[in-house]
Amino acid sequence: MATGQNIVEFHGVSKRYPGSGDALDRLDFKLGHGEMAFLTGHSGAGKSTFLKLIALIERPTRGNIIVNGVNLSQLKRHHIPAYRLGLGIIFQHYNLLYDRSVFDNVALPLVIRGLRHQDIARRVRAALDTVNLLKKERAEPITLSGGEQQRVAIARAIVCKPFLLLADEPTGNLDPDLSLDIMNLFRRLNEVGVSTLIASHNVALIRRMNRRIIHIEEGKVMSDAIPGPVPA
Amino acid sequence: MSRQTPQPATNKRTGPQAGLLTSLGQNHARAFFFSAGKLTRHPLSSLLTALVIGITLALPAALHLLVQNMDALSFSWERTVQASVFLSDDLSEEQGRQMATRIAEHPEVEETEYISREKALAEFRELSGFGAALDLLEENPLPAVIAVQPVATASALQIEDLLKELSLTKGVDSARIDQSWLERLNGILIIVQHIVQALALLLALAVIVTVGNTIRLDIQNRKAEIEVMKLLGATNAFVRRPFLYTGVWYGLCGGIVAWLLLQIVLGVLSGPVRHLAGLYQSDFSLSGLNFEATVLLFLAGIALGWTGSWWTVTRHLQAIEPK
Repeated sequence: MATGQNIVEFHGVSKRYPGSGDALDRLDFKLGHGEMAFLTGHSGAGKSTFLKLIALIERPTRGNIIVNGVNLSQLKRHHIPAYRLGLGIIFQHYNLLYDRSVFDNVALPLVIRGLRHQDIARRVRAALDTVNLLKKERAEPITLSGGEQQRVAIARAIVCKPFLLLADEPTGNLDPDLSLDIMNLFRRLNEVGVSTLIASHNVALIRRMNRRIIHIEEGKVMSDAIPGPVPA
Repeated sequence: MSRQTPQPATNKRTGPQAGLLTSLGQNHARAFFFSAGKLTRHPLSSLLTALVIGITLALPAALHLLVQNMDALSFSWERTVQASVFLSDDLSEEQGRQMATRIAEHPEVEETEYISREKALAEFRELSGFGAALDLLEENPLPAVIAVQPVATASALQIEDLLKELSLTKGVDSARIDQSWLERLNGILIIVQHIVQALALLLALAVIVTVGNTIRLDIQNRKAEIEVMKLLGATNAFVRRPFLYTGVWYGLCGGIVAWLLLQIVLGVLSGPVRHLAGLYQSDFSLSGLNFEATVLLFLAGIALGWTGSWWTVTRHLQAIEPK
């Protein structure tokens, strides 16, 4: 079932929450290695559930999900931490730890991996450089603007060189200019080969990215296409 | 940023990897200092927790000191206790001295001293202040005495047997030792010792609960942080470690507080105790915790702190999963 060219495969995946209808309904989906795609749809359409299933925050009610050649339904609970180390996850609310500096926030995934101090410093600075925040490494996250905080979160997500970036409404709290900055940052990361899956309801913004857009409605894929160039 | 070929997440890791032991050591060192830093960020609440633990630990330690000092006190009295063998007036001084030498050969006897009737009278005259009254008596009313000093290791039972044997010896009027009150004291001390042990057990439980509760609140306050860490791929062990070290820090600080409290109490009491001992012509002075007991106190604090946090963290951490 696992193939070499896809980083994510959904095979007939359904997710039903107790007491409500299907969040996802027999969904098939493939994301190729190095591909970037946007998930869109109304809130409650199943975008978040989609990402949560990949991050193993939720388990599907039915169907199989294969990520990077690993069938998630066969992944035991105690293997989840090691699996998540390969993902870079970005949230709408940044989810930074506000009791430590920007540097320590970005360093956390490396600390969890048990890397040596010197390697951690080198890689944290490389990641902060990528998101243009090298000068803020000693700052407290709370003193940064929303856009900067989201860039710290992105640095934290890419510092471990993940095989897949997942972002859930990464620009949901940002104004249009900052949102465009962040999306362009994702696109640059994708251009150097990071497979990326972004959930966003900001259709106008994501249409400008010239990447695949998967439209989900009531747990089903309504459309899946790369939009043509948008007149600016 | 350069990309490497994507690798299976579950086994291979990118980048240079420290050796397992080195990285484990670094992880523990990080958690150790991180948790210490956490505590110093809220110095007042940390101090209060340490104070509560310190007082709880100080109580059994103080009672232990009490027993230790009472024991030392009764031991020093036991050593000064002498048996007195009163000799019949029929015995000549020569015979009396020979008997003193014979008694000294007993294995339970450290030394003996023969006190003749004249010497006894002279001592009595000197110490009692009844010299003038004695002069009124026609003859010396005091018998000759052999003062018997038992060896320090002799048990009360052995001394009792010795006395029984001596009192049956020809030429001995009576042999006695006043030590029944010492036995009573020892009996009381044994009971107190048991109370201390029971109390120590209860208070140890109190320390565990105190630390556990503090850590539980800490976990609740940092629920969001724990969820983020788990999403970043942190194992339960990784998340648990700083909490365990927090418990260790609480326990150690509590131990230090307990030690300080005991030093203060000893400092305050040592003067009055020396004064009281002086009134009894004793050079007894309060003894504090020795090195081993101090180390034991700190270790007990650490062990209880660790147990308390482990107990709490194990119960609460599993339930916190990202949503």
